[in-house]
Amino acid sequence: MKDSLVALSKDALSSLRDLAPIVLVIAVFQVFVIQQPVSGLLAILFGGLLVVAGLTCFIFGLRIALFPIGEDLAHSLARKGSAFWLFTFAFVLGFGTTIAEPALLAVAEEAAEVAVGAGAIADSEEAVSNYAVGLRLVVALSVGVALLLGVLRIVKNWSLPLMIIGGYILVVIVTTMAPPEIVGIAYDSGGVTTSTVTVPLVTALGVGLASSLKGRNPMTDGFGLIAFASLTPILFVLVYGIVMQ
Amino acid sequence: MNLIVDALAFVFDTALDVAPIVFFLFVFQLFVMRERIRNVQQVLVGFVFVTVGLGLFLVGLEESLFPLGRLMAQQLTNPEFLYEVSGHIADTLVWQDFYWVYLFAAAIGFSTTLAEPALMAVSIKANEVSGGAIGISGLRVAVALGVGFGVALGCFRIITGLPLQYFIAAGYLVVIVQTTMAPKMIVPLAYDSGGVTTSTVTVPLITALGLGLAEAVPGRSPLLDGFGLVAFASLFPIISVLAYGQIAVLRGKK
Repeated sequence: MKDSLVALSKDALSSLRDLAPIVLVIAVFQVFVIQQPVSGLLAILFGGLLVVAGLTCFIFGLRIALFPIGEDLAHSLARKGSAFWLFTFAFVLGFGTTIAEPALLAVAEEAAEVAVGAGAIADSEEAVSNYAVGLRLVVALSVGVALLLGVLRIVKNWSLPLMIIGGYILVVIVTTMAPPEIVGIAYDSGGVTTSTVTVPLVTALGVGLASSLKGRNPMTDGFGLIAFASLTPILFVLVYGIVMQ
Repeated sequence: MNLIVDALAFVFDTALDVAPIVFFLFVFQLFVMRERIRNVQQVLVGFVFVTVGLGLFLVGLEESLFPLGRLMAQQLTNPEFLYEVSGHIADTLVWQDFYWVYLFAAAIGFSTTLAEPALMAVSIKANEVSGGAIGISGLRVAVALGVGFGVALGCFRIITGLPLQYFIAAGYLVVIVQTTMAPKMIVPLAYDSGGVTTSTVTVPLITALGLGLAEAVPGRSPLLDGFGLVAFASLFPIISVLAYGQIAVLRGKK
């Protein structure tokens, strides 16, 4: 109990330190550049307190829950030695955490509006919602495939740079064929997929897997799953744009 | 009072996001793997902390940083403000007139990345796995520098209207060259750092900046040109983290 309190207060101090640069940037710009009064200073201060408290709790929970359970699962998957369950787990984790991602919802709706504006789909409520739902499914599928590929890479010991760079070369090629209005959205969708809860889990999964397989090094083989999850959505969304054209 | 209701609503929303993941993890471990969960009480308490923490974090951002950041993005791209600092009206603006925007973009990209929880998670893990060779702060500062530079360059792209894919393709060329030279252990981590930077804190702010810019610059459409900043913010950390690895090796040699 006492240890937990010490850990919590250490986390609180580092949260304060982590947030200080933002406060500094905003203060400097407000005072020296924009020079206009800020309304609702009290609410902003209170919001800032909540940010500190929230970050502290999150990091604390991360250490005692997200990391351990992610690694335990990776170890049991490696012990069991069933390729089927390992790949199923990786795919479902990627698909399941992405389909419900709020950031993705917002991007999908914006993308549908862009598609209407460009005349790619009809301006009816049904067409717009179909397009947005389709896009969400495609991105979720792409993240599922990404984790599957990433885990397969760790198991088979394939070269990460070759796969990732090859993937981006493919992205560049597909970009030239895709309708221009989808390009910006596709490139951005790679960034929105990996959420705050998924990243620690996926990292723990990769590192846990690499440390329980013989001949793998957790540092050179355990990381890289997130790189796949940032790459495949770009590719899949570009292809979705081409197909929906 | 309102804030308390808001906070509860955010925590509830986060719980709805987290619950299916926890459920899936537990079902998988208990029924598919048929293994028990170690320290089950600690894990459950931890998930409560994760959920409440993330909920409070989000409501706090919504109350403080997001409205302020969006307002500042608007103010800095406002035609009146631009006229005041440059003496140019809308149609005669050149890309140099936006210097405050570049500075703000770089500063806000840098500072919000330092506060990104997902990046902290990866840094903690990398520090642990590398046996301390990779510093928690060192990695985060490297990533944040990359994001700051990327966002500023992304703003330059929106203002000049140059095609997004040229920048991205050139950036990946740099990544390829660096990959062949950087120490092997940093490469996977560098590739990952592109994806982790752009989540909770950074994305809403730089999206607001991109849309504000695309509205302010004549001839840009928010729908077509407002996007793409996230792509810059994901690409440049890869470069800066690879550079961080190269510098660490160089310093080690001395």
